Amino acid sequence: MSSRGTDSAYDVEFRTVTKRFGNLTAVNAVSFQVRQGEFLSLLGPSGCGKTTSLRMIAGFEQPDEGEIVIGGVDAVGTPPYRRDVNTVFQQYALFPHLTVLDNVAYGMKQKGVGRSDRYQRAREALELVRLTGREKHKPSMLSGGQQQRVALARALVNRPRVLLLDEPLGALDLKLRKEMQIELTRIQGEVGITFIYVTHDQGEALSMSDRIAVMSDGVIEQLGTPAEIYDRPRTAFVADFIGEMNFLEGTVSRTEDGEYDVTTAGGVVVRARGEATRGQAVKVGIRPARMRITGATDDGVVNAARAAVDTKMYLGDEVQVVATLGDGTQVVIREQRAGADAPHDAIRPGDPITIQWDRNAPVLLAETPTEQQE
Amino acid sequence: MPRPRRRRIVTAKRGFTLWALCVFAFLYLPIAVMALFAFNKPSPAALAGFTGSNVCDIPPTQLGNLTVWNGFTTCWFNVGLHDPTYIPAILTSARIAAGAAIVSTLLGLGAALALARMNKFVRVPFDSLVYLTLVVPEIVIAVASLIFFVQLRNYVSFFPPLGAWTVFLGQVVFGASLAMLVIRARFVGMGDTLEEAGYDLGSGRLATFRQITLPRLFPAILSAGLLSFTFSFDDYVLPAFTNGTTNTWPIVLYSAVRFGITPAVNALATLMLLATIVVIAIAGLVLRRGRVSASIETEETATAPVAMR
Ligand SMILES: Nc1ncnc2c1ncn2[C@@H]1O[C@H](COP(=O)(O)OP(=O)(O)OP(=O)(O)O)[C@@H](O)[C@H]1O
Ligand SMILES: [Mg+2]
Repeated sequence: MSSRGTDSAYDVEFRTVTKRFGNLTAVNAVSFQVRQGEFLSLLGPSGCGKTTSLRMIAGFEQPDEGEIVIGGVDAVGTPPYRRDVNTVFQQYALFPHLTVLDNVAYGMKQKGVGRSDRYQRAREALELVRLTGREKHKPSMLSGGQQQRVALARALVNRPRVLLLDEPLGALDLKLRKEMQIELTRIQGEVGITFIYVTHDQGEALSMSDRIAVMSDGVIEQLGTPAEIYDRPRTAFVADFIGEMNFLEGTVSRTEDGEYDVTTAGGVVVRARGEATRGQAVKVGIRPARMRITGATDDGVVNAARAAVDTKMYLGDEVQVVATLGDGTQVVIREQRAGADAPHDAIRPGDPITIQWDRNAPVLLAETPTEQQE
Repeated sequence: MPRPRRRRIVTAKRGFTLWALCVFAFLYLPIAVMALFAFNKPSPAALAGFTGSNVCDIPPTQLGNLTVWNGFTTCWFNVGLHDPTYIPAILTSARIAAGAAIVSTLLGLGAALALARMNKFVRVPFDSLVYLTLVVPEIVIAVASLIFFVQLRNYVSFFPPLGAWTVFLGQVVFGASLAMLVIRARFVGMGDTLEEAGYDLGSGRLATFRQITLPRLFPAILSAGLLSFTFSFDDYVLPAFTNGTTNTWPIVLYSAVRFGITPAVNALATLMLLATIVVIAIAGLVLRRGRVSASIETEETATAPVAMR
């Protein structure tokens, strides 16, 4: 299958790449590697530099500093039409004056593939994305989801080293989006091409990717597997961006045997596994689902806090309680309503409760992303 | 309550319809009358003294009163199509107009493409100059062209004397500006995502221009060409100054009008009207094909953000 040379372990490599627009730094000294056949997502809020990064890989923008290595070769300065990379554009960018089949065959035509050969392969690509019987239509006669499939086929049929997708599902409605997410992962598995996928939907990134790069303000805050990103976020930004997180601030009061204690202003002692520096002011995060409500009201226990209930909400199988700790910090607790959990159903706003968590639930968060390499 | 109101609305609608019909009549009745009188016979008095077989062979001065309907004949078309001054003049005008349309469109296309990529400090002055050629009264350009062309011949020996060439050059000034505006309007609205998609799929700059940009600009190029052709073909002012001894159709017609014209002119005008309608219809069909995809394309980008949330 991989007839193209395996001259490098990485398909794409950013080496301290910086891109400026005027005095705005869109991408700031970013380094990362994309492995062969990997599904990597660039995830981040609007304006954080995802599209700019992607456009630099495609060759539409040139970095101001740093190197972009594609397939082991420095690609800076190579025009887009000489890169072994194809893009699925957010608005599809299908050629309106060409039929679906000609759209898909366009790339092969440029490479000089013979007529019958390229139509044959274009048909196969359309089959791969499950869009057949529409070959002779103009793109304008297709629905959004179908146009999306054509755009995908048009890029995939060239068997590029890397496929770049810029929020390809952004214009689709929720149901179609879920469907296409599954389709995309299936197709990626079938063709084995490296996917670099830009999105600002964290659910999408978590469910589809092999690894996720969380970006903010032109830098990568964390790069890791979905589980790593979710369970062990390194910074408060990542923790907050990927799902909900309760933050507790305090000072490291004890370190011992690979464990540390953080004491908050309200006297809550968080004991967790990991390394920390004594006396340091830190922020720890605990996922709402990792907190439990107990009836016990004993004081002075670690990993427990007394709180007053603000609101309670049923979310079907779960119940969500918002409560305020003694020092005024608000926390969210989400618990499964397994069976007849009478105590939880009895909770009313204003009730005093005790919240508990395991010592592997809290994660220590840095303010700024520390330079990290996996 | 609602009934009289409804009736008033209906009355108002009828009133507007009537008004619209009046406007249309005002616009098109002269043309209809012109076409009708292309089939008019000479006056009974003239016919009484005529013995030949073809009533249109009567000399123009003896035709009698042609402003009233005398009867139906098609012979004027034959006379018009064999007229020794009209036909060469029409051909001259058509040749000049075709040349001016082609050159104007090419220049306009080039300028539109270049302007889209230029930086602001070059683009704005250039743009203003282009607009200026459109708003400056034609008579000014005509006089300026005449002086310029005559003077230029004193310095540049191979510059053509006043004639078809100078008419053509003068008209290209206006035609190119017109073409540029038309093409640019389309080009600016297009964005460059599709060009990027072309590069992305491995086609170089030239191939992308030929396969993507040009087909999408085609409707605008076609309308630019047609517009400059029409402008040039029926232009009177500029040729009147710069024609030298060349006679264009408007010039011939204008001098003919002063001595009284025969229905042969009506016949030729009717034929041109037909030709125009055919050309416009064909252009319309071609453009419609382009526009269907273009409009859906813009609609797509317009609805996308809505669909997102
Ligand atoms: N051509 C450009 N000229 C000037 N500034 C630009 C240009 N392209 C992007 N920027 C700026 O660079 C920053 C990053 O833009 P980018 O398009 O990469 O964001 P993004 O992460 O893709 O956001 P979104 O999720 O909204 O698409 C933004 O502040 C944007 O305004
Ligand atoms: Mg973007």
